[in-house]
Amino acid sequence: MCMKLLILIVLFFFTLNVSAELSSHGMVPDTMAERVKACTICHYHGDNNQERSSYYPRIAGKLEGYLVNQLRHFRDGRRYHQAMALLLENMSDDYLQAIAHYFSKLDIPYPPPESIDLKPNEIELAKKLIRLGDPQRDIPACSACHGDSLMGNMSYIPGLLGLPSAYLTAQLSDWRSGSLIRGQVTNCMSAIAKQLSYDEIIVVSRWLATQTVEGETQKTLSPDLVKRCQSIFLEGVAQE
Amino acid sequence: MSHYYVSSALCSVRKYVIGCLVLLVLFTVRVHAASPTDQSLAEGEYLTRVGNCLGCHTAKGGIPFAGGRQLTTAFGTFVTPNITPDKETGIGRWTEEDFWLAMHEGKSRDGRMLYPAFPYTEFTKITRADAKLIFEYLQSIPAVSQVNPAHAIPFPYNSKPLLFGWRKLFFKQGIYETDPTQSEEWNRGAYLVQGLGHCDACHTARNEVGAKKDAALGGGQMMSSNWYAPSLYSRKEAGVMDWNLEDIIELLSSGVSKHANASGPMATVVQQSLQYWSPQDVRAMAVYLKSLPDKAVEANIRYPEMSENAKRYLAQGKKVYEKHCQDCHGEIGQGVPGIYPPLANNRSVTLPVPLNLIRVILNGGYPPTTYLNPQPYGMPPFQQLLRDEEIAQVISYIRNAWGNRGGLVTIVDVDQGRGSGH
Repeated sequence: MCMKLLILIVLFFFTLNVSAELSSHGMVPDTMAERVKACTICHYHGDNNQERSSYYPRIAGKLEGYLVNQLRHFRDGRRYHQAMALLLENMSDDYLQAIAHYFSKLDIPYPPPESIDLKPNEIELAKKLIRLGDPQRDIPACSACHGDSLMGNMSYIPGLLGLPSAYLTAQLSDWRSGSLIRGQVTNCMSAIAKQLSYDEIIVVSRWLATQTVEGETQKTLSPDLVKRCQSIFLEGVAQE
Repeated sequence: MSHYYVSSALCSVRKYVIGCLVLLVLFTVRVHAASPTDQSLAEGEYLTRVGNCLGCHTAKGGIPFAGGRQLTTAFGTFVTPNITPDKETGIGRWTEEDFWLAMHEGKSRDGRMLYPAFPYTEFTKITRADAKLIFEYLQSIPAVSQVNPAHAIPFPYNSKPLLFGWRKLFFKQGIYETDPTQSEEWNRGAYLVQGLGHCDACHTARNEVGAKKDAALGGGQMMSSNWYAPSLYSRKEAGVMDWNLEDIIELLSSGVSKHANASGPMATVVQQSLQYWSPQDVRAMAVYLKSLPDKAVEANIRYPEMSENAKRYLAQGKKVYEKHCQDCHGEIGQGVPGIYPPLANNRSVTLPVPLNLIRVILNGGYPPTTYLNPQPYGMPPFQQLLRDEEIAQVISYIRNAWGNRGGLVTIVDVDQGRGSGH
């Protein structure tokens, strides 16, 4: 009897909560999930949608600072993608921040790693570039900035795991050719990507896509790399 | 002698002192007359917002008012100039008179005739007092040294005689004249719509040489973007003669209303300018717009005959609608007012020119973020998901469902809607 009453009370409060989230205009939930439906038709992370995910990157769980920087780049025409530019063109910084916050906190299971056959020498090359870099060509280890777990660092440096290899290859190639961000001369990632060969880009992208997503984001960066990558940290501030 | 010298010296001193006093008085008078007060700067800033100078005089992601925005038109590419008070690259050397000539007569500081991409055809209606307030505000913002690329206007549109002739034919210089038969509020609205707000820079059909075709606010394909600016003189387009004043005010200041949401360039105007208008000015604009007569002629629109083929085409469209659109826009196209616009009896859906509808479905988009609606709901960019054929079918369907009547749309139309520009 007591238990039934308790369940009823819980149910009662649950329904109250749900109705509070419905907007005053009817049955449209007053939530960010409803507001970002225009994003999630492409950036969807469910099962029945895998075929589209090879080009559209996962954004759930990415770092908030990184996401808001990218949203502003798209809106302001620095990072060029027409679909993104048109969607965001009349949005305030505050709304972009809210959207970035929503996706950064979105906790959805990651898809299984891609199964790509890599030869032993390719695996060795990928691991070397990722863990050690190539000091002779001034390429730091990926892990030096993106974190030991490669799950991202300092809110502005993105994680590299859980992304499709096609997407990673495209982004690294764009960094290399100078077409990802306009006026990117001072950007550290552009300088690094220009030192990589296309073969290296493909191998690194494939290796990253085959890794299981685990580990925490990092919150430290060496003073050298802070200096080298300062544009990333200044981006958010410079546009205020 | 010495006395002479002394008196001469005294005289000089006196002259000097008097001279200084005169200068001081002159200077104070001049400063007093010329220096704008905080109050007048605030007024100037407000008028600059209302005229949305920033909208064109700022490159995408660029420094406000430093220019560099490219307007691509059929006549070539116009590049907006830097209007910050930088002496070398902006308007730092301009006088108030220079600014007035630009706004009122469409002439630059060096006497050059300006291209009417700068809407002096509308700004000519602004009062000198308002122009002065705007000028003083622009002179008070930080100077930015930024050289912008030159216009790229090919022959014949770059020729001076052509521009001269164009002005003779299509430019009527003159400050807005108050209509004594109308209320003060109506006149304020007319002044804002026709002048500073330069609404008909877009809401007007233009002819081959870029002049307004007939009545102002008559609707037309936009010059520098692939959108159709609907007529404010037609209840079948964007005329608001049948709307409640409150609904007009809501749409213009928040970007959404129960009838329609602002999209495309109109959303940009709401975000950059209209949301900042004072309640009195938005109301005045609404009063004026509501008073405009319906001049729409029943055009010879031939609606599709419902042949078996057409029915099959629409049935395909219905399937697409049920799968992708119905969740938000409803089973009978009723939408959710203020959030997801209704499609039944929505004029943007049935416009004879289906361009805007095609663009909205291809590219999706959000109404503008405004103080009144800071977190709008959005429309997905369906070209990422649907084939052109499906888009053509679903558009044809919604143009002919729930009492709507409109021409069928083909995949060629859809592809043309892709076009360039925003």
